[in-house]
Amino acid sequence: MTSYRLSKGGRIDRAKPLDFSFDGKPMQGFAGDTLASALLANGRQLVGRSFKYHRPRGILTAGAAEPNALVTIGEGGRTEANTRATLVELYSGLTAKSQNRWPSVDFDLGAVNSLLSPFLSAGFYYKTFMWPAAFWEKVYEPIIRKAAGLGRATYQPDPDSYEKCWAHCDLLVIGAGPSGLAAALTAGRAGARVILADEGFEPGGSLLSETAPVVGKSAGDLLAQTLAELSDMPNVRIFSRTTVFGWYDGNVFGAVESVQKNTATVNPNRPVERIWRIAAKQAILASGAEERPLVFGGNDIPGVMMAGAMRSYLNRQAVAPGKSTIIFTNDASGYATAADLEAAGLDVAVIIDSRPDAARTWSGKARILPGAVVVDANGGRHVKGVTILNNGRPETISADALGMSGGWSPIIHLACHRGAKPAWSDAKAAFLAPEIQEGLTMAGAAAGIGSIDACLADGAEKAASALQAFGYSNVIAAFATAKDTATVSKPLWRIHGSKGKAFVDYQNDVHLKDLGLAVSEGYGHVELAKRYTTNGMATDQGKLSNINAIGILAEARKVSPADVGTTTFRPFYTPLSFGALTGASKGKHFQPVRKSPLHDWAKKNGAVFVETGLWYRSSWFPKTGETTWRESVDREVLNVRKNAGICDVSTLGKIEIFGKDAAEFLNRIYCNAFLKLPVGKARYGLMLREDGMIYDDGTTSRLGETHFFMTTTTAYAAGVMNHLEFCAQALWPDLDVQFASSTDQWAQIAVAGPKSRVILQTLVDEDISDAAFPFLGAKEVSLCGGKLTGRLFRISFSGELAYELAVPAGYGEAIADAIIEAGAPHGICPYGVEALGVMRIEKGHVTHSEINGTVIPSDLGFAKMVSAAKPDFIGKAMLSREGLVADDRLSLVGVKPLDPATTFKTGSHILSDGAVPSLENDQGYVSSSCYSPNLGSTIGLALVKHGPKRHGEHVTVWNDLKNEYTKAVLCSPVFFDPENGKLHG
Amino acid sequence: MASLIACPHCGPRPKEEFTVRGDAGITRPAPDAGEDAWYAYVYLRDNPRGRHREHWHHTSGCRRWLVVERDTMTHTIYTVADASAEGETA
Repeated sequence: MTSYRLSKGGRIDRAKPLDFSFDGKPMQGFAGDTLASALLANGRQLVGRSFKYHRPRGILTAGAAEPNALVTIGEGGRTEANTRATLVELYSGLTAKSQNRWPSVDFDLGAVNSLLSPFLSAGFYYKTFMWPAAFWEKVYEPIIRKAAGLGRATYQPDPDSYEKCWAHCDLLVIGAGPSGLAAALTAGRAGARVILADEGFEPGGSLLSETAPVVGKSAGDLLAQTLAELSDMPNVRIFSRTTVFGWYDGNVFGAVESVQKNTATVNPNRPVERIWRIAAKQAILASGAEERPLVFGGNDIPGVMMAGAMRSYLNRQAVAPGKSTIIFTNDASGYATAADLEAAGLDVAVIIDSRPDAARTWSGKARILPGAVVVDANGGRHVKGVTILNNGRPETISADALGMSGGWSPIIHLACHRGAKPAWSDAKAAFLAPEIQEGLTMAGAAAGIGSIDACLADGAEKAASALQAFGYSNVIAAFATAKDTATVSKPLWRIHGSKGKAFVDYQNDVHLKDLGLAVSEGYGHVELAKRYTTNGMATDQGKLSNINAIGILAEARKVSPADVGTTTFRPFYTPLSFGALTGASKGKHFQPVRKSPLHDWAKKNGAVFVETGLWYRSSWFPKTGETTWRESVDREVLNVRKNAGICDVSTLGKIEIFGKDAAEFLNRIYCNAFLKLPVGKARYGLMLREDGMIYDDGTTSRLGETHFFMTTTTAYAAGVMNHLEFCAQALWPDLDVQFASSTDQWAQIAVAGPKSRVILQTLVDEDISDAAFPFLGAKEVSLCGGKLTGRLFRISFSGELAYELAVPAGYGEAIADAIIEAGAPHGICPYGVEALGVMRIEKGHVTHSEINGTVIPSDLGFAKMVSAAKPDFIGKAMLSREGLVADDRLSLVGVKPLDPATTFKTGSHILSDGAVPSLENDQGYVSSSCYSPNLGSTIGLALVKHGPKRHGEHVTVWNDLKNEYTKAVLCSPVFFDPENGKLHG
Repeated sequence: MASLIACPHCGPRPKEEFTVRGDAGITRPAPDAGEDAWYAYVYLRDNPRGRHREHWHHTSGCRRWLVVERDTMTHTIYTVADASAEGETA
């Protein structure tokens, strides 16, 4: 006989049947069922196979601690492995599959591992698979991984969405059992902002399965009245299906809410799960207590269940555990289960109570065997009975269900997430967390209280005092003080004389002998025993097993559990889905995309884009008939040098700088002088780090006495802004200077080439002749007959006569169109960052390929830019260090192959002619290279020892990765127009 | 690190809005302070257990540099002040 549904009773809605399937078999449950209760109601008790031995396993608990009933829920991309059936709210269309079995959960070939179990004890990996060493990775581990295991993740993408949000409250109440409800009611009545969170789909905790009267009423009535009052309070929010999984600094709690995990028809416009970060002034931890299993042989056979879980399934979902039930208890709660079973008309075969003075108050039918213990449960895939020791005499008793209770352990995880250590209490026979910590108070069963009336009183009282901590005075507790009537039994950590395996950690298949082995082999320390046996290391993190393991270790070591201590509690309390942790940060929302104001302009001109950081930059603009990128880039370069080109440079960082000390500030920021930069002029600036290395470069223009406009490289825009702010606020707060980033406010367009002036003059109202607007001019200009104001800079990265025109972002596309139109007769073309790169290498201009964090100004030929006159600037002091003035520093030089038909790659190293390729002979490396269509050859910039003194020297460019050697010559880094005739044209 | 930092300008904000720079207990030496002083300023840092003053930037907020005094062990934050006002509040 197996478990089954009773014809009446429970909190299920029999008018709402729900169809679901398990391992492909159709089944039916009701609204109000969990998957576990529905499986039990369908007589399905064997639901999984164990991790190591593949033992048949059934449903053990009715909550978050479930170690056995792990199933895979859903299909396709919604497949979710290792889901605890005890927490899954049943819904119509749910599909569940058992795990770690082949070919089926009822007949599992992996169970052969049970026969091998003498070889699979704790530490067996370390002892058995020692040799040959190479076998571990290739043979042993794959086999073990295949044999042992949990469910399998899907490779399909998750179709659902997730979100994260914040919540704020005065009082967070964790757990909506008696203590939590009392706390929420007390705080709610006082007017505090309350969040009441509970992992279940129905608030109530133990009240949901309580049959005895509570504060003089039925538990059901009390729950209904309390929830009705709380629901009417606008200042109270009840978060059901919400597990608070961690307690973090600043009294912030992490919680995960299941929004649509209880339906097969997911609304795509809503998340399926939501991560809450709850900032609470105070919190009450009313997480209840966990019933401890008893450690006897066969305590994992399906049909063996926690007595409290049995009671919960009976009273909540009207599920009978079997035809005849044995109760094995060390605690009063076994009697509550027995009483409810008898009240439901079910047979209780016997109550086996390990306490010799047991149960003087029992008035039920079942006989009691005081001082007796179950040494073994008998059965294979289902429990058939037990072997007991009754005052020394063995005896067997038949039954088809076994409820066990070894007493209760307070659930204190969250209270220990921030470093507090649990302390063993002899009086409570339990590990307790500090009752009050800053921001968090334990209440009810989580604080070691037993009876429900006392839990209600405690929750109310703790809420009242927590509120007083921040100004609520005279808060009235919602429940009157009540004495805790529960008695505490001496724990029974293990049963002696079992024949079968007595499991401590069900999920990791750790049994009593494994822990004994750990102690005898010197791993008796709780942290060592944990790792040696893997006790407590499964996905349930030892919710059922840790306390028993500590008790067993204590007994073996002949010390108190207080001396053994606990392992560390860490978030998360229960496993979280990757989806929830990822939230909205996936796919195209993984990171933001930055698009230039000229993105659409570039797109319609056929640009190929390249991702640089978050930016999309136009790389080149292929024309019809061009088949390679080089064809397009070569054409663009040649055309800019011959006619003109237009390039989007909007991604450069732009910073407006204001203040009467702005010039002085820039003078301290840059290594070169800025104090006397005239209004209307731009200047190239080098910014150092405090260690003397170059940080960034760019042009900064003075638009007014107290107004500068700085440009930075694209990559360092944010970093430079942070740097400027630090210097202004933390180093020199006495300077009057302010900044605003305007990177996104301006569309900036480079127009370069001999015809650039003619083209631009058609748009710019002012005279931009060389006389009126010479090189490094910078000013505000009127455009298109006064229709628009922009900023014009005569600066050049290409080495051509060139300008950069900045216009308000929204006008960028129109102005770029106008430039193309005006330039058409002059042969203008759009060009991208590739052509820009070729032209700057041809001119020996550096970028972050050269400014790579290891170079100082003199390395790049900028020695003269370092002001000797300035008393101070960032980086000045360290520049004189020994290593930075050494004469063999790697310095900038040009390099080109002797035979233009040969080439080399960026990153290749430089060897002296004829030198043996070795690190010792390494002379430096190529930092940038490209094909120059103007020179008809590959050219490169390189950082080479004594570089500037070696122009004309023949060298070998060495690429060890590809085993390539190219004969080359070192030369000036300026390959093209060294007299700058074109620049000033 | 603490989950929330009470910015003196914006109030308590999530730590993700802030960026840490490091020790705020060091002072930029005078230009002529000598090699040792500069070496210490640029490279030498203590890694204290307990109270520690650090520069934090409210990068995704008001963009002010702050001096946060916190406990590196307990993560308690004792004070948060604007870096420019540090002289007055320290």
